[in-house]
Amino acid sequence: MKTKKITKGTLITLILIFAVLIATVILENTINANSILFTVIRKGAVYSLVAVSMNLLNGFTGLFSLGQAGFMLLGAYAYAILTIPDGVRDSVYYLFRGSSFHFSTVGFFEGILGSEGAAGFVSLILGVLIAIIVAGLVAALFAFLIGLPVLRLKSDYLAIATLGFAEILRAIFQWDKLGKVTNGANALRGYPTFSDFNITNEKGIVVLRLSSVVPLIIAGLCIFVIVLLINSSYGRAFKAVRDDEIAAEAMGINLAKHKSLSFCISSFFAGVGGALFAMFASTVQAKTFTSALTYEIFLIVVIGGIGSITGSCIASFFYIACSEWWLRFLDNTQYIGDYQIPLFRNGFRMVVFSVVIMIIVLFFRNGIFGHKELADIIDRKKKKKPGETAAADSSEKESTQEGETI
Amino acid sequence: MSNNILHVENITMQFGGVIAVNGLNLDIPEGKIVALIGPNGAGKTTAFNCITGVYEPTNGLVEFNGKAIVRNHPHGKMKKNYKGQDGDKYHGTIVANTTDVITKGGIARTFQNIRLWKTMTVFENVLLAKHMKAKQNVFSAIFRLNKKEEARMREETMKLLEEQGLDKFKDEIATSLPYGLQRRLEIARALATEPKLLMLDEPAAGMNPQETQELADFIKEIRDKYNLTIFLIEHHMDLVMKISDYIYVIDFGTEIAQGVPSEIQSNQKVIDAYLGVAEDE
Repeated sequence: MKTKKITKGTLITLILIFAVLIATVILENTINANSILFTVIRKGAVYSLVAVSMNLLNGFTGLFSLGQAGFMLLGAYAYAILTIPDGVRDSVYYLFRGSSFHFSTVGFFEGILGSEGAAGFVSLILGVLIAIIVAGLVAALFAFLIGLPVLRLKSDYLAIATLGFAEILRAIFQWDKLGKVTNGANALRGYPTFSDFNITNEKGIVVLRLSSVVPLIIAGLCIFVIVLLINSSYGRAFKAVRDDEIAAEAMGINLAKHKSLSFCISSFFAGVGGALFAMFASTVQAKTFTSALTYEIFLIVVIGGIGSITGSCIASFFYIACSEWWLRFLDNTQYIGDYQIPLFRNGFRMVVFSVVIMIIVLFFRNGIFGHKELADIIDRKKKKKPGETAAADSSEKESTQEGETI
Repeated sequence: MSNNILHVENITMQFGGVIAVNGLNLDIPEGKIVALIGPNGAGKTTAFNCITGVYEPTNGLVEFNGKAIVRNHPHGKMKKNYKGQDGDKYHGTIVANTTDVITKGGIARTFQNIRLWKTMTVFENVLLAKHMKAKQNVFSAIFRLNKKEEARMREETMKLLEEQGLDKFKDEIATSLPYGLQRRLEIARALATEPKLLMLDEPAAGMNPQETQELADFIKEIRDKYNLTIFLIEHHMDLVMKISDYIYVIDFGTEIAQGVPSEIQSNQKVIDAYLGVAEDE
């Protein structure tokens, strides 16, 4: 059996990921844990998973879907409903006089293993994991059902249909009649969040902070599975459907089956992403899952490069860092000496952001990576060393041409 | 006729009020090279599309290896508007297969305008044609539980590429190959589906005489090597006359002649269709 050779680029990428994980753990336990850096890491991890799941559909299968927020909503609600502890459930649902659902995965495992110390931590992990997987499955199930009629549509029409689906879902989850399940338009809270993964001693003082590395690990594992999928025979089939549907069908690829498969898998991970988003935000409310959320994620996919997994990941951290951190100063009045800089006021950040995005879309249509991965780029640089600038130039030209045809 | 691998009966394809193919009958004997020719717009590619399931013909029957793969009669809206013949001959069960099912059954095709997967390498293009027959499911594929099958698929692909002389381009992006090689790759990809009947839609389009000559030899060679039956559409008359065992000529969707190459060459109807007829005679 032939084993595939691991290239240097792949190795370097893996080492980088590992280094980021270790650095996160170290930083979180040494510097101020309330730093905005950790918000960026957590939110970035969640967004990169959702962006990669969207990339799987839009970039690798060529199905232009804008339903990501809807599937995140399903995932987030499924997670929250499954994990709110029985003790606080009635207080969360007080407007509807209690929930019609009395089960919590964490509670279930605590019932078996016990809720104290290490056993409590294990049951927390198991409960959360099960809830996350169920969240993904719920989203995938809905995707399957929606996909039956909707996946016959092409490009823009598919986008409109999925966008509509997400909006309808948001309205349904705010419906009073479902209050006993969804808590109507009110927030769900009290379920385990990332900070519950910090290890505390008996007195309740945090010994080891893991709250930022946990989302990185979960999102990383999911993205790894997506990468495995893309490099498998099915991933190639998805790309064939994207490149030329008619040829794909003529070569025996069942279009309906493969499109539905891609849609379900993408939605599964969007659902998982929704669950992580719920853990990040610590409250779930249907009104946060607007189409604006989908656009944000779509933007990340475009910035990173449609068809590049590493591109989506890096772009999401970059995007979140910009919007949450680096461009924050634009929202406050600033002074140079005594001179107040004009335009710097609340909301100016979004104006600057929009301009940056327009520049990217107009002049860097391929995004950061085009449809290459970080590993490819590192490998290419290595090969280029003996002064093959001409070859590099021509390959760059090729990639811009490809961008234009898209 | 038991040795006809493909039997096409009364295929009619009507788009709105236009009849693109009208009551076409074809019989393709096993192991032969059969050509379908006709002037531009005669309905040749439409006939191909009806056989391979891209279109659902309005009326008619297609049998492959004695089994109906397409069977339809005018129904629904078309019932009133149908202008062809034998509108009630094929009543009963409608058989409509999608292209992938027909390909799995053993009919592979190439396209008039080359349709390779443009972001994939030569190797991947051929490898993917093996996807449909693989027994893996999505979970075993993700978690690499199908290593044996994957290795076998890769081996078969490599063997095919070597046979076709494409192995030295295996890591090139498919669309970066020269035109002639892209044609050859498309045929190799079709061969990878292990077909019994290979349908070539204008394989020599855009080729110079030298390349056309090579193609003629190539088609005969693969026919013998892989035990194929070949059905092709072509405009290069010298190629058609040289390699085909039997020729069908259609014009305006209707068959105007059929026979062995020497008969077709001297057929007045065919000459008229290609060159036009003088108004007053």
